[in-house]
Amino acid sequence: MRNKLVKPAAIVAGALLLAACGTNKTETPAGGGGAQDCDQTKGTLVVGVVAPLSGSLSALGLGIKNSADLAVKQANEACTVKGYKLALQAEDDQANPQIGAQAATKLSSDPNIVAVIGTLNSSVAQNVQPVLADKNILQISPANTNPTLTRGEDFLNAPKRQFETYFRVCATDDLQGPFAANYLFNKAGKKSVAIITDGKTYGDGLAAEFRKQFESLGGTVVAQEKVGEKDTDFSGVIAKVAPSSPEAVYYGGEYPAAGPLSKQMADAGLNVPLFGGDGIFDDKFIELGGKEGDLATSVGAPTDTLDSAKAFVDAYAAGGYSEGYSAYGAFSYDATNAAIKSLATTLGDSGTWGEDQREKLLENVGKYSADGATGEVAFDEYGDSTNKLLTVYQVTGGKWNPAETGTFEK
Amino acid sequence: MTTLFQQIANGIVLGAVIGLIALGYTMVYGIIQLINFAHGEVFMVGAYGGLATYAYILPTQLRADWQIALPAVLLGGMVIAVITAVIMERFAYRPLRGGPRLAPLITALGVSVFLQELVRLFYPDAKAALPFPNLFVGGDLRIPVPGGGEVILTWIKVLLVIVAVLLAIGLQMYVNRSRMGRAMRATAQDADTAKLMGVNPDRVIVLTFILGAALAGVGGVLYGAYQNTINIDMGFQNGIFAFTAAVLGGIGSLRGAVIGAFCIGLIKTLGGQYLPGGTQYDYVWIFVVLILVLVFRPEGLFGEPERVRA
Repeated sequence: MRNKLVKPAAIVAGALLLAACGTNKTETPAGGGGAQDCDQTKGTLVVGVVAPLSGSLSALGLGIKNSADLAVKQANEACTVKGYKLALQAEDDQANPQIGAQAATKLSSDPNIVAVIGTLNSSVAQNVQPVLADKNILQISPANTNPTLTRGEDFLNAPKRQFETYFRVCATDDLQGPFAANYLFNKAGKKSVAIITDGKTYGDGLAAEFRKQFESLGGTVVAQEKVGEKDTDFSGVIAKVAPSSPEAVYYGGEYPAAGPLSKQMADAGLNVPLFGGDGIFDDKFIELGGKEGDLATSVGAPTDTLDSAKAFVDAYAAGGYSEGYSAYGAFSYDATNAAIKSLATTLGDSGTWGEDQREKLLENVGKYSADGATGEVAFDEYGDSTNKLLTVYQVTGGKWNPAETGTFEK
Repeated sequence: MTTLFQQIANGIVLGAVIGLIALGYTMVYGIIQLINFAHGEVFMVGAYGGLATYAYILPTQLRADWQIALPAVLLGGMVIAVITAVIMERFAYRPLRGGPRLAPLITALGVSVFLQELVRLFYPDAKAALPFPNLFVGGDLRIPVPGGGEVILTWIKVLLVIVAVLLAIGLQMYVNRSRMGRAMRATAQDADTAKLMGVNPDRVIVLTFILGAALAGVGGVLYGAYQNTINIDMGFQNGIFAFTAAVLGGIGSLRGAVIGAFCIGLIKTLGGQYLPGGTQYDYVWIFVVLILVLVFRPEGLFGEPERVRA
C-alpha cells in the first residue's frame, strides 16, 4: 500500500522541483548594463554557486551566494577577465547531497561554466565533487571542513589527493576539533564532556577529531549520543546524558538543531555550555535558543577584526544585500576571487575560453596566492587552504564574541 | 531511577503532541476511509498561524501576559488550521469522493507538499527555522522520585499534556453523546443509510475535518511553545509518528489513537535510553513495535471489534 503511494508522491515532488528550477535562468550576454569601459565582446562566462539557498541552513548559504556575487560584480567592474563578462549562477542544494549533485550536473552541462563555488555541507560536497571532477570543472569550497574531502579516508597517515579539481579556503576538522578540545580542557578547565552528533559527515567527523584530542589530553568523554538531523525534541537524549553530569556538551552538527538543544538542556536542568564547530557559529543559533556561555570554533580569524576583511565588509554593506554575509561570506568572497583571478591568469590578454583551458586553470589555482578577506589565500598539494587560523567564540551578552584566535599545531 | 522517570515524562510529553495529531488522522479515516497525509501539514500550518497571531496581531504590550497571549495564539492557530482543512476538504477531497480509493490518497500527498511549499515561500523568513515564544509561565515542575533525584518538566510541557488529555476526553464525549456525534458515527458505519435517515454527509465530513484541524492547531502552537522553534518540516515528521500511532492503536478508533501515541512517545524515549544502539536507533524501535503488533493483531490494538468509529 505504502509502496504504491511513494511513486506518485515522488512524481509530484519531482514535477514541483522542475517547476521551481525552471525559474532560474542564466544571464545571456547583453549589450546594456554592466561595466561600461570593459571589453566584453567574447561573451559570458559563468561562475556557479552550489549552496543551501532555502531550508534551515539558508542563512549560511545566502551569505555564500551574496559574497560570491559581490566578487563577480567587482571583477566585472575592474575588467579582471579580458574580453569576457562574468555572470553568477546560483543553484540551491537545500543542504541535501542528492539535490546538490543535481545542481552540479545542471551547472556542468554549460560549456561556459568556469568554476563552482560551494558547497556549504561536507556531505553535499561528497556528491558534488565527482560530478564536477568528471568534467574537469574547478570547484572551490568556502566551507567544507571534513578532512577526507581532500586527503581521503586515512587523512592522517596516508593522505592522498582525492580530486584534482577540488580546493577549499577554510581550515579542516582535524584542526578544528582538536583546537576546540585544547580550549575546553586547558582554557575553560572542563575535564568531562558528553558528545552529541547529528550523524552527518560533518558532525561525526568533527566530533571524532574532538574526542581523540580531548581524551589524549586526559579528559573524559562520559557519553556519546546521536540525534536525528530533523529532530526538534531532544529531551530523550538530554535525559540520557544528564546523569553522568558532564561539565560541557560537545555537539557535532549545525545550528538548527544546536540552538534548541542548548535551550532544552537548560530546561532539563543540565546547565552546562554547549560547544560546537563552525556549523553552529551563526546568529541564528542564539535566536533559536543558544544560551550565554555557549562556545563555538570557527575557521579563520573574526572577519570584522582583520584589516584585510575591512574592504570586503564595507563593499558588502554597500552592495545592498538583504541577508548578512554570515560565517562563510568572507571565505566565499576569497574563493570566488581565487577562481576569477586564476581564470584571468589562464586566459591572459587574448586567450579564448574552451574545454582545453580547464587543465591550465586548475594548475593556476594550485599556484594562486593572495591576501584575501580571511588572510592569506593559497592551497597546498591536496587542495587544502594553507591558512590554518581558527577562532573560539563564546556567547556573551546575547552575541558571539571572539574568545581566542590561533592555530592548532600537532 | 531518576533517568527512568525522566524518560517516562519525556515520552508522555511527546505522546501528547503525537496524540493531538493522531486524533485527526483516525477521525477522518473513520468517516471516509481516507488516510489524510496532509494532516501533519495542518499541524504545521497551525503553528505558523499561532506565530503570525503573536507577531502581527497581538499588541506588543499584551505579549508578556500569558493569560491573554496564550488563548489568543491558540485561537489564531486553531482558526488558521481549521480554514486550511476546510479549503483542503472542499477543493482537494470532495471532488474526488466516489472516485477510486487511491485518488484522494495521492491528492493528500500533493496537498502536503503544496502546504509545505506555500508556507516556505510566503511566510516571512520561513525558509529557515523560526523562534517561537514560550507563551506560558517560565520555570519548571520538579517532582521528587523515590530513591532521590527529581523529574524536571517545564510548565508548558505540563500544560501540553493536560490540554491534550482533556481535549481527547472532550472529543470522545462529543462523538458519543452529541447529536452531531451520532451523525458522525452513523456516517462512519454506513454512509448511504445515514443519508436516508436525514444525515447530511457533506456537513458531517466537514465537521470531522474541522475537529481534527482544531486539535492539530492546538498541538502545533503548544509544540512550538515548548520547543521554542518551529520549521516547515515539523508537520511531516510528527505526522508520520501520528499516522503510525493511529495504525498502532487501530485506525478509526479515538481511544486507540491516543494510546498508540503515548506508546510511541514512550518507546522512543525508553528505547533510546535502554535498548542497544541508544538514541541513534530510537526510530527503529517504534517501527519494530508497530510491525510486531500488526503481525499479531493486524487491526491494531483497539481495532475493529470494539471500534468506536468516530
